[in-house]
Amino acid sequence: MSDRPNKVVIDEELCKQCELCVVVCPVHALRISDRINTKGFHPAELYEYDKCIMCGFCAMTCPERAIAVYRPEVQKA
Amino acid sequence: MSERILMKGNEAVGEAAVRAGCRLYFGYPITPASEIAEYMAYRLPQVGGTFVQAESEVSAVNMVYGAAAAGKYAMTASSSPGFSLMQEAISYMAGAEVPAVLVNVVRGGPGLGDIQPAQSDYFQMTKGGGHGDYRLLVFAPYTIQEVVNLMPTAYELAFKYRNPVVLALDGLIGQMMEAVEFTDFRNPDEIPIPEWAVSGKFRHGGKKNINTSLDLIPEKLEAHNWKLQKKYSEIEEKETRFSYFGVDNPETLVVAYGTVARVAMSALKKLLNAGRSIGILRPITLWPFPKQALAEKARHAKRIVVLEMSSGQMIEDVKLSVFDPNKQYEFYGHPGGVTFTPTEIEEYLVRG
Amino acid sequence: MKVVYERPKTLEKVTNHYCPGCHHGILHALIAEVLDEMGLAEKAVGVAPVGCAVLAYNYLDIDWIEAPHGRAVAIATGIKLAHPDVLVFTYQGDGDAAAIGLAETMYGAIRGVNVTTFLYNNAIYGMTGGQMAPTTLLGMKTTTSPYGRDAKREGYPLKMAETIALQGGTAFSARTALFNPKMIMETKKRIRQVFELQMKGAGFTFLEVVGTCPTNWGMSPVDATKFAETEMVKTFPLGVYKELKEVE
Repeated sequence: MSDRPNKVVIDEELCKQCELCVVVCPVHALRISDRINTKGFHPAELYEYDKCIMCGFCAMTCPERAIAVYRPEVQKA
Repeated sequence: MSERILMKGNEAVGEAAVRAGCRLYFGYPITPASEIAEYMAYRLPQVGGTFVQAESEVSAVNMVYGAAAAGKYAMTASSSPGFSLMQEAISYMAGAEVPAVLVNVVRGGPGLGDIQPAQSDYFQMTKGGGHGDYRLLVFAPYTIQEVVNLMPTAYELAFKYRNPVVLALDGLIGQMMEAVEFTDFRNPDEIPIPEWAVSGKFRHGGKKNINTSLDLIPEKLEAHNWKLQKKYSEIEEKETRFSYFGVDNPETLVVAYGTVARVAMSALKKLLNAGRSIGILRPITLWPFPKQALAEKARHAKRIVVLEMSSGQMIEDVKLSVFDPNKQYEFYGHPGGVTFTPTEIEEYLVRG
Repeated sequence: MKVVYERPKTLEKVTNHYCPGCHHGILHALIAEVLDEMGLAEKAVGVAPVGCAVLAYNYLDIDWIEAPHGRAVAIATGIKLAHPDVLVFTYQGDGDAAAIGLAETMYGAIRGVNVTTFLYNNAIYGMTGGQMAPTTLLGMKTTTSPYGRDAKREGYPLKMAETIALQGGTAFSARTALFNPKMIMETKKRIRQVFELQMKGAGFTFLEVVGTCPTNWGMSPVDATKFAETEMVKTFPLGVYKELKEVE
């Protein structure tokens, strides 16, 4: 996973587990993780990397602005 | 010093504020203070200023709060019932350290009371007035000339200490006419916008300013409140003002301020001419109260006579200042808008 | 790598105090984004209310003043007259702007004060624990309308965007929401529009934003967002109620 370019980057410490991003994602690529942050919330995570269309809906919906979304450069053959 | 003009007290308040550099006035009509707003509505547009008639005293004082927090000389004026409405914002301003000059042309109370001169807002003005531990610098001029002279000082001290300052007039000073000499104009563009002002980050080096009276951490609020108290102590030390007229160590010491002091003065002159051992101490600042001066003047006095247009408020500060149970304290007052006559005071002082 | 979305520079990198899923955070962020895009953060002054948004001053990196309850527009009036070159906006809740501060808000519109008011309408007093607001829906249970808001007893929900639109000094009045990406984008567009109008000196600009209060509505953030979309908009129809096309 780590060698793949970033699409959705979630600042897990800012996340309050409201799930608005999970619900708004049109391709169901996000979920609530099993991890726990220092505030006691389970942060959201991108678990379907390939499904993600980098639309940014999760980021603009996130009340904490804990999400950044990037569109990797298309690798030319 | 420039011209000498015959002017009504309330109008002189307005002109003095304009000359001190005030270009923003927010007001709401109330007798006997309305002429201040009327004068500013007429005068400010002539000098590039702005007058706003607010929807209430509550709104007026909050407009002053905004303008002053933005670093400008602003003003509002009212009379007792309207001044009561302003207490919330005044408490906030004291807490958030916002400077402003507020004028209270005191009238009879409680409630709607009447529209005659009174001094029954003494507690409200000098003990805070709103919620929380705070003080206001309160000037109590006794002539229109003194109102005019104190105005630039009121603004300077408000900004120096970042604290609201009150000019406590009463209906008589507001309504009477007198010849006054005005100071020169201060150019408001030359009054610097303080670094702390909420005026856009670009005005103060790009670092954000927050003006608030809120601190949810009790230890931090306590530290802030001790800081305020330290400031009040400094004001007490440096800004206490009074005048004294009479023999050096009077047997009878009269204490009065504002209109009452003015009326008492003529009675005192007669009694002094008649060779009586008497003097009058007139606090010019009601807060800070001239405690030490009063204690010194009272040292040899048997009678301490407090005259007020109230049922006895300043007398508490007088007793606390003298702090001697063996003195004879007398209160003679008119609560409700009745003004003293010189003869009445003279007779009282002779009769005892 | 192309940036689709990153946290706006003017939004301070701190955890806000809002409950999980509360739409206040979205509105804060949108204002920060517009300030960044318009390059106005250096020239902006925010007026924070009393209520949930009382600590808004900790979240946007601009000058702020915290107003007494309901007095934000009066404070904003003073600031704007002191410095006509700054962008002044108030950020208020329904209790602040529409109950205790109704007179101040109305007079901003009547007088045409050249400032912007954001009204976050979530139909409840959040900070004090869920009491009835002027905008509480009929039938809605709150801690001070425990049997549900009954028009005979508690009166009707106050429609601010419509009321403000009726006043002569209003340059813009609209109601938007934040319950889906389309509405979030619409709200952002309107924020830009009101700031542009203010910079042109248009007069009073007012944007009511329907939000949520998951905690005091007793719903999950997801359900609360759905409730805003399906129920809140019935009483508070979205739309532009007044829009000055030309600025003198």
